[in-house]
Order: sequence, then structure tokens, then C-alpha cells
Amino acid sequence: MADANTLVEIKDLHTYFYLAEGVVRAVDGVDLTIKRRQTLGVVGESGCGKSITSLSLLQLVPPPGKIEGGEILFYKPVKQNSASGTVDVVNITAMDPRGKEIRDIRGNHISMVFQEPMTAMIPVRTIGQQITEAIILHQHVSKKEAREKAIYMLSRVKMSRPERVIDDYPFQLSGGMRQRAVIAMALSCQPSLLIADEPTTALDVTTEAQILELMRTLQNDFGMAIMYITHNLGVIAEMADEVAVMYMGKVVEQTDVKTIFLDPRHPYTVGLLASIPQLNESIMHVNRSRRLQTIKGMVPDPYTRLKGCPFYPRCPQMIPGQCDQIEPGNVDVKPGHLVRCHLYGEPAAS
Amino acid sequence: MTGQISQTNPSNAGIDPQKPLLEVTALKKYFAIQRGFLKRVVGHVKAVDDVNFYINKGETLALVGESGCGKTTTGRCVMRAIDPSSGQVLYQDPTLGLVDIAQLDQKQIRAVRRSIRMIFQDPYASLNPRMTLQEIVGAPLRAMGLMHGKEIEDRVAEMLVMVGLRPEYMRRYPHAFSGGQRQRIGLARALAPSPTFVVCDEPVSALDVSVQAQILNLLKDLQEKMGLTYLFVAHDLSVVAHISDRVAVMYVGKIVELASTPELFANPRHPYTEALMSAIPLPDPRPREKRVMLAGEVANPANPPTGCYFHPRCTYCKDICKTEEPAFAEITPGHYVKCHRAAELSLIGAVSAA
Repeated sequence: MADANTLVEIKDLHTYFYLAEGVVRAVDGVDLTIKRRQTLGVVGESGCGKSITSLSLLQLVPPPGKIEGGEILFYKPVKQNSASGTVDVVNITAMDPRGKEIRDIRGNHISMVFQEPMTAMIPVRTIGQQITEAIILHQHVSKKEAREKAIYMLSRVKMSRPERVIDDYPFQLSGGMRQRAVIAMALSCQPSLLIADEPTTALDVTTEAQILELMRTLQNDFGMAIMYITHNLGVIAEMADEVAVMYMGKVVEQTDVKTIFLDPRHPYTVGLLASIPQLNESIMHVNRSRRLQTIKGMVPDPYTRLKGCPFYPRCPQMIPGQCDQIEPGNVDVKPGHLVRCHLYGEPAAS
Repeated sequence: MTGQISQTNPSNAGIDPQKPLLEVTALKKYFAIQRGFLKRVVGHVKAVDDVNFYINKGETLALVGESGCGKTTTGRCVMRAIDPSSGQVLYQDPTLGLVDIAQLDQKQIRAVRRSIRMIFQDPYASLNPRMTLQEIVGAPLRAMGLMHGKEIEDRVAEMLVMVGLRPEYMRRYPHAFSGGQRQRIGLARALAPSPTFVVCDEPVSALDVSVQAQILNLLKDLQEKMGLTYLFVAHDLSVVAHISDRVAVMYVGKIVELASTPELFANPRHPYTEALMSAIPLPDPRPREKRVMLAGEVANPANPPTGCYFHPRCTYCKDICKTEEPAFAEITPGHYVKCHRAAELSLIGAVSAA
């Protein structure tokens, strides 16, 4: 499975939250592979575990959450002689969340951009202070060098007048500019993986288009992989190479971006795609009272744990006696197209 | 069920179907910027600046635009949730007849609010967590003195069924419900007094796609069943294309383009509309034709540019655009554009013309 292009391998990850009301299995057996220089899109509705998967990757799961099992293998490039291409394989789940090892990875090898740029920045420090902090910590350079680097990074994210913006406070910037500054901060140490958790959800469409364009350009220039988390299938279509669809803590379908849109197999993916209003159809349809297709019912509450497939109560193609009894495994419907569903037979014995 | 609704439904005798249900003329809302100890007014944020439109009975008009363009403020002015600075909002109330909402006193406003209702964006903030569904949905009926005691309970049960919830839920509190269900509760509350006109302020923006589809279908069903007219404020163009009959595009407090939905999406005439459509992320991985990428940011409504407000970001800008404000003109029947070059430009729509 792992080859020279593998950057991160998540194997059977379980992250649980222990609450007074019960145990929430936020991430319940996730397998994902992130390839170098590629974008993995993770899509799903609120509460499906997509954000917790990404937080687990950096050991940032907030209590009472805990990684309960599984492995996250990070093929850590050795930064000093990256030309030789040597890698260290480290297991992130085995690290101490407060330890030195993980702190060397955070912000250095793997960094993160969040949804709301205001919460990702400290309101009482300037943009420059916040960007240079990571640079000084990981690259052991002088303050002056770090400041130059920060200005350079701000110019790379197409910030106008970076020498001035560097001394501004976050509140002085607009939402789009703030998100640019956060991206500059995240990329300041040239990470090999950028985790972007709904980075454009809080932005307007025209600003969103600018930020997406920027991220694509920077990905090319810096050669990093992106794990792009979103609920917006339109953004996925634009950004991702590979797509993983999550439902109730599990990846239910994973394949390349073309296949997910043109030949989706899991009934949940099919339902999700059908429920988006399609521009062409809405406009061209003469009968304007056309209804959208919906997925019946709603996501069950997180404390219940269903026997069988988590999607069966809402599934239009449920097979009684099978789907509500036996949990489906991953089925290879085509090379590189994994579906967790009984409709496609039994998984090949591994 | 329909029989029961018509009992409480006010007679529609007061509405002249030949005239628009709502006609907004030269609507303005300026917010004063105050400075210092004496609260001197040092400027104005022109949130809504000379907005004109009408809505016919039974149709859906969408107001779209980016944050801060004044779409929500317009929606709030129309129902006098805030007082407009100037302008006229003519409304055909089923009981009061033709009124100018902008001029009404508090007592008359209360009467009008029986037929103009509002649904809000955030289903978590718009429901009082300390009230049961019965109290929430029944509140407008009680406040307006339309019903008492058991009648209210029956009506609440009826409304909950209508929006797809179970009447037994009546005694529960909002925390027990998901986002989509809460939006249904908000809808039940808005529709309980049998309104004619509903201002929907981003009603599906906070919801997941599969839930969003359910609520959009529900809004359409209820419109048909109750003969509702919607002013639909939104920023998502795919949603707007699906639900609305006509669309008004706003930019920095002004409507820059207004047309029927198919016309606007196939044949936009304002460069901002073109850019907005080009920016929508489409759920289709195949590469798209040429995209229009806007430079810069939305103008500051407290200090807008000269001439056309869009000119600093416009790729088709000419000298006249920098100095003179274009008129809001009807270039083909029903298609209004505020652009000097509307007649000569050929712009790309979101869908190709049929």
C-alpha cells in the first residue's frame, strides 16, 4: 500500500469523546492515505468526524476526546537533506500530545488553516509577531531574518504592501486578507502537508475563488500535500485529486475526484450529490416547482451506535437482514475505488 | 387541514392582483458613524442606498450579494424591523389595504406584522431555549390576540405537522432538535398567523446540504399550499436559482441587476453578476471555461468610490464609469441593469442560453 509517494497513512483510527451522556465515536475506524503533492478532499456533513480526523493527525484532539486506537504513520521527510529523499516513518498516535516530537511536527512538517481566521490569530499581537513565532521556533534564525521571511511569505500570499501589513493587528484586515495571513503563517516553514479545515466557508464567493486559486498556486510552488476538509462539494470538485466521503465517523467511499462525481457508488454519496441544487437544471427546467431530491430522515444522534451499516435507516437501497445486521467492509469496486457498502459484494479477504 | 387554515386566514379581498403585493421605491437606510464624547456624526454607512423593486403575489424574489451589500438590511427595512431613512414601501395588506410600511406608526405596524413574517438564518440563535415549542410557535398567535387557550394548542399541533414535525414534540425545548428541525420550528412560528408575505433571511445557509434540500422543498410546498410570497435573502446562487422567480443582485447598498431567474443566469448584463456567477464552485470536476476572477475587495459603504461603485474591480471599466453613476435602466422588458456599458458588453452567464 505504501509507496514512495505516500506521505501520511491513517490506519483504523478511532477517536472517542467521553461525555456524561455517553461515548461519542467521532472517528470510528478511518483509513486514509495522503500522497505527496496531492490534495485529499474530505467531505461530509456536520458531525461526521472530518474535523476530528484532522485534529487527531496533529494530536490536537481536545479533552474529553481521546485517540483510542489505530495508527497515523507520517513519512517525515528529513528536512536538512531533503534532496536525498530520505524519510523517517513516525507513528503520530504513539506520541505524547505535549511531547517534543509532536511539537517538531506541528507547524513545521504539518500545519493547519482553520475556518474562522479570527480565532486562529491572537487579537493582541501583530501579524508579524505571529508569523515569526513559528519561523524562529522551527528554523533557528535571528529575529531580523525571520521578519524578512515573514514579509516574503506575505508577498507570496499576494498581500498588498506586506511591509505595512506585517505590523497590523488582525482586526485591521478584512476576512479574506486575514485568511491570507493565516495561510502565510501556515506555510512559513514549508510544511509537507497543509491541513485546511473549511478555510473558505466564512468567506464570500468572490473572495473564496481568490483564496482557492491562491492555495492551488502555492501548492504547486511549494510542492506540498493538502488535506482539504469541507462540506461544500463544489469546492471539492475544484480542489481535490482524491476524495473521501465520511458519514458517522467512517469513510464510506474513497476514490479520485472525477469518479466521485460521475460514478458515485455509495447510496450516501449518491444522495448527497442529488440534494445539491444544480444550476443548469434549476434554470432550464420549465416546471419551476421541481423538487430537490433529499436523503430521508436525518443523521442519528451521536450516542447511539447502530448495528450494521450506519447509513441503513436512511438508505433507499437497504437490504433487510443484511445492512441492519452486519457492518459492511471496504469493497474495491474498481482499482482505487473503495466503497463501504453491501451492495457491492463482500470485501476481498486481505 | 386546508379547511382549518382558511378559518384563520384573513380574507384576501384587500389585495388587487393586478398590482404588485409589495413595491419598494427609493429605499434608503443610512447608519450614522458617531465619534467622540458628543457623539458627533462624522459620516454615514450607506447600507441601503436607493433600492427599487417590486414583488407580485405568489412569487419569490431573491436578493443576492456578498456580506455587507445591504441585502439583510433591505429585508429588515421592508418589514420595519429597523426604520428606513427614507423611501416608500407600498404593501397591500389583506386587511388594511394598501399601506406605506415606511410611514406606519407602531400600532399599525403590529397589525401589518400579522401578514408579514420573517424567518432567520441561525436556527440556534432565533429560538428561545427556555420556551417549549408550544410557547414558541404559539407566541405570535398569543401576542396578536388571534387565539386563546386550546385553540392555540390545536393550531401549534397543526403547524408542526405542516412543517414535518410530530405534534407530540410540542412540550419539548429547542435543545432537543437538530439544525434542520429548528429551522422547521422557526418556519412554523412564522406561518402560524397565516401570513401572505415572508421575508426569508438566509434560511438555509447554516444547514448541511441534505438538510438544506429538505428545507428548500418544504418552503416550496408551503408556498404552493398557502399562497405565500417570499423575499428570499441569500448569498448562495445555486440555492437562489432553484427557489426564486426573479433575482436582484446587490453591490454596496444598491441593486445592480434585476431580472427573471432564467434570464439573469443565462444572460447577465452587469459585470459584477458575471463575476459572481463565475466564482460559484460547481460540483462538477470537469474543467470550466474561462473564469472571471475579481481583483480587490468589496468597497467600503462608508466611503464608496466615485461613479459606479464597482469600477475599481471591473475589468470592463471605462473613463465614464469612474465619474458618473450609471442609471438603473430597463434594457429588455423586466431586465434592469445599473451599468454604463450594459448594452454593448456580452457577458458569460452561469448557464448557456437555451
